[in-house]
Amino acid sequence: MSRPDELILEELPGRPEELLEVVVRLAMPSVVRLVDPAVELLSRRCFADLEASRQAQFRLRVALAEALANAIQCGNRNDPAKLVRISANLFPDRIRVCVSDEGSGFDPEDVPDPRDPVQVQSPCGRGLFLIRNLAQEVEFNEKGNTIWMTLPRR
Amino acid sequence: MTLSTTSHGDVTIVQVGDQLTVGNRQDLKATVQSGLDAGGRKFLLDCAMTGYIDSSGLGALVTIARRVREAGGQIRLAGLNDDLRSLFELTKLDTLFAIFPGGAEALQGF
Repeated sequence: MSRPDELILEELPGRPEELLEVVVRLAMPSVVRLVDPAVELLSRRCFADLEASRQAQFRLRVALAEALANAIQCGNRNDPAKLVRISANLFPDRIRVCVSDEGSGFDPEDVPDPRDPVQVQSPCGRGLFLIRNLAQEVEFNEKGNTIWMTLPRR
Repeated sequence: MTLSTTSHGDVTIVQVGDQLTVGNRQDLKATVQSGLDAGGRKFLLDCAMTGYIDSSGLGALVTIARRVREAGGQIRLAGLNDDLRSLFELTKLDTLFAIFPGGAEALQGF
């Protein structure tokens, strides 16, 4: 699986008692050029049949792209044999997205502030900062190879 | 990404496509590098058609700006929508770039 048209979304039933409409899942190889098509596919599904604000769509797209790029490049070291797994729980008002890689993880507290006068000149290191600023909630597992992000759906 | 390049006097205008991301940032870097190699020193990156830039795209812009300045040139950005403008402010990249509302304003006095 290395072509955009081979990215297939899987859908699992939700839990109406928790207002969870549906769970959308995708597993993709660690290939950077698949990030944009994967974001497009997931974003389209998350906002299907909704009058979502432009800002909500922008926030999901950027946060998701950052999480996928981090998982592919930092977590799985661009090894196409390693998978990045995404699941999105769709609630009426929010999306809870989980992105997981097969890497050894990292310490999210150990990332320099990209607004620092020296860091601002660097071409790297803004992904996690953007996620933290665009998502309503961000959590990591203890190992540091799985991130949960909650984003608005309206 | 569709990248078109035009000239206005000695300014090279690069129309950035609908998105600038980890998947296509190299195209923009290569386009500006070609302009530098051809002797261009003034670059206007017009983002009026751009809906979405990720951190790799922001990083590519930082690299491009450094290369242009190291060659003794200047770079200006124009046409950022409100979402993108907020990304530049959030990351303080608005302090690194001369940002103009539109292409016409950016060309004035360039």
